[in-house]
Amino acid sequence: MGYKIIVLAKQVPDTRNVGKDAMNADGTINRAALPAIFNPEDLNALELALRIKDQFEGSVVTLLTMGPPRASEIIREGLFRGADNGYLLTDRAFAGADTLATSYALATAIKKIGGYDLIVSGRQAIDGDTAQVGPQVAEKLGLPQITYSEEVLSLDGDKIVVRRHIDGGIEIVGGRLPMLLTVNNSAAQCRPRNAKLVQKYKYAQSKSESDPMAERYAEMTKGRDYLTITEWGVADVDGDTTQCGLSGSPTKVKKVENIVFQAKESKTMSGSDEDVENLIVELLNNHTIG
Amino acid sequence: MANFYLDTPALRHHLNHPLMKRIVELKERNYADKDKYDYAPFDFEDAMDSYDRVLQIIGEICGETIAANAEDVDHEGPVCKGGRVTYAAGTKANLEAVTKAGLMGVAMPRRFGGLNFPNVPYMMAADMVSRADAGFENLWGLQDCAETLYEFGNEDQRMRYITRVCNGETMSMDLTEPDAGSDLQSVMLKATYSEADGCWYLNGVKRFITNGDADIHLVLARSEEGTHDGRGLSMFIYDKRNGGVNVRRIENKMGIKGSPTCELVFKNAKAELCGDRKLGLIKYVMALMNGARLGIAAQSVGLSQAAYNEAIAYARDRKQFGKAIVEFPAVYEMLSLMKAKLDASRSLLYETTRFVDIYKALDDISKERKLTPEERQEQKRFAKLADSFTPLAKGLGSEFANQNAYDCIQVHGGSGFMKDYTCERLYRDARITSIYEGTTQLQVVAAIRYVTTGAYLARIKEYEAMPVDDSLKGLRDELVAMAEQYAAAVAHVTEAKDQELLDICARKLVEMAGYIVMAHLLLQDATISPDLFKDSAFVFVRYVKGEVEKNVSYVMGFTADDLAHYKK
Repeated sequence: MGYKIIVLAKQVPDTRNVGKDAMNADGTINRAALPAIFNPEDLNALELALRIKDQFEGSVVTLLTMGPPRASEIIREGLFRGADNGYLLTDRAFAGADTLATSYALATAIKKIGGYDLIVSGRQAIDGDTAQVGPQVAEKLGLPQITYSEEVLSLDGDKIVVRRHIDGGIEIVGGRLPMLLTVNNSAAQCRPRNAKLVQKYKYAQSKSESDPMAERYAEMTKGRDYLTITEWGVADVDGDTTQCGLSGSPTKVKKVENIVFQAKESKTMSGSDEDVENLIVELLNNHTIG
Repeated sequence: MANFYLDTPALRHHLNHPLMKRIVELKERNYADKDKYDYAPFDFEDAMDSYDRVLQIIGEICGETIAANAEDVDHEGPVCKGGRVTYAAGTKANLEAVTKAGLMGVAMPRRFGGLNFPNVPYMMAADMVSRADAGFENLWGLQDCAETLYEFGNEDQRMRYITRVCNGETMSMDLTEPDAGSDLQSVMLKATYSEADGCWYLNGVKRFITNGDADIHLVLARSEEGTHDGRGLSMFIYDKRNGGVNVRRIENKMGIKGSPTCELVFKNAKAELCGDRKLGLIKYVMALMNGARLGIAAQSVGLSQAAYNEAIAYARDRKQFGKAIVEFPAVYEMLSLMKAKLDASRSLLYETTRFVDIYKALDDISKERKLTPEERQEQKRFAKLADSFTPLAKGLGSEFANQNAYDCIQVHGGSGFMKDYTCERLYRDARITSIYEGTTQLQVVAAIRYVTTGAYLARIKEYEAMPVDDSLKGLRDELVAMAEQYAAAVAHVTEAKDQELLDICARKLVEMAGYIVMAHLLLQDATISPDLFKDSAFVFVRYVKGEVEKNVSYVMGFTADDLAHYKK
């Protein structure tokens, strides 16, 4: 039997290669200076979903992302790697969302898509590093969740067994579908873009995009429904605007500071029992350990 | 995020050559697949856009995966145990990446699961893969064998085997034997037909077989009992699933260590005939070798690029006497020449590949319908150009790769002699390119007839007539003068009517022809993309001028009487 899997993905600024101009003077991110990429752990999540699809014929992998119209780029990225279709949630009313408003929007869209067996997302996005959205979506949908997933060890009917990577070890846990998994970067790397899929999906776009090449072949691609990236606004998912975007976000950023790390004074210890003991006491007292 | 396609703009320059329009139109049969396959192009621009996008995928896999694994693969190498070969971990990861990316069967028709790409983008992929890891190029590049299966196998064989290659299974071409290296006419591996079983059985030994534990083998074997020359040899397909071939050992090589070079023992190995009996060597292997030679030309260019990149990076970084060594004339002169040789051999590679593309596409079309008289003429013209340029691209390109790898170490100084830097691997890997698929000496044998018939000179005259940018006309005039010197040297040797004299001067003559051709190509390139090629065009013409004068002086001074001093 096939599984219906929804992968939650986010387009993020590439914070791994931060240059001097990465931050604006007011402490916000200078998006123009950082390329927009597929959030790395969401790629691990996509691979996990694609492996289930490889194993169970008839499975469908759907991407869901929320962002500005250009976030269609990562849906295409997903299609190039083997996903079957994608939804873009885009609306001015979604803008400025914190994790609560984001998970609200995603959960309403997932309800609208419906019929899912598994929701998979990366553990966290590299722009905010909160790791809250996945778990919040699960709670809003009333689904069980396994966080820090590394590999699906078995899947049989609605029974799933997952290895999760936790601090200091691994845990093997089981549960029943439908379920939500958040996936760690220690999971399998995502497969590369596929040459045939790139050629098949290169003209996929959402209604607010107008790529000149895609327009040029519009007549010839008529009837190729897979080239339509579904675009939804708040109304399309029957959303409550007060729970979306800024108005639905209790988080208020008071201030962002640019911190430059500096090396502190070093301390030399002999390695004698007494020094080691003193160090342990010191670290316990300042709560570094324990 | 390293991307070997995007960081080397010369590739996109060559991809956009005007002749591509004709190549793609032929290869795509006027875009007839567009309604049958969801990944087939609508028109020329669409096809070119697809090539560009797919080359970006390959560029990324090369930069991120294959290059990153190269050092470990070189150290670990494959292992042979119980008659089977296990690849190094990095090799397995590379194969998985190229298979998942759908990059097996790049040039094969869509009905077998291929991408139906022309050879130009396919060779660009080979160029990049070789830059990342020349040893891995051997495994990936053996998908070339599918081309031979496509050309000479029947539709049933194509369907059964090419589809498997497109799904990631690997191939090998089993030609060499202990007593049949350059001289393949001496192949002894025996093929016997069993009337009872209705199939062929192979018995004997093959040596130096690249990827000898492949899934699908093309085997050259003696099917005609009692014969001793090439006319008794046929081509067979051996499927590993049937069993009967074991790997006795793998060679401990100097370079391309990730690619297993095997000694194979055939014991009643079930096989099927590919094509017609007796045409194995004289027709099929010759075609196979020409394809493989183009592949080695691409491997050489990739290695030249890697050597240049390593050298320039080190020269910019390394400081001596208070400044980066790249600022010293002795060093930057070396680097400029490396770059010029790289650019020249790449231009020749893609010029040759375009010739191959046109004649092969027309060849293929001729199986579907009768060619028009114009097409027949076009086919003939490009086949001849391809045949004459292939030994130049392979022979001279591989020599340049070796020279660049040598100079790369030289730029590194003492550090280059240590195992700590990539340059020592490049040096070892490059060494084979001027040996296998026909040594440089054999490329000269293949090329010399185009010297004596005047084919090269005729093509050079065509280049002379092509427009170039005004700023390059001075260089072109110099090339015109060099061509005259070359023609005089050819006349001097041919008029003596002494085969041995011709043979001993052959390499010098072939080099001159090849260098002048490459220099003209660089002028063409510099006319279109001056920022990329102008310096190399200048440096290369100056280099060629010196080489032509040296070779002319050598050849003109040679008489048949001098041979006695050389004979051993």
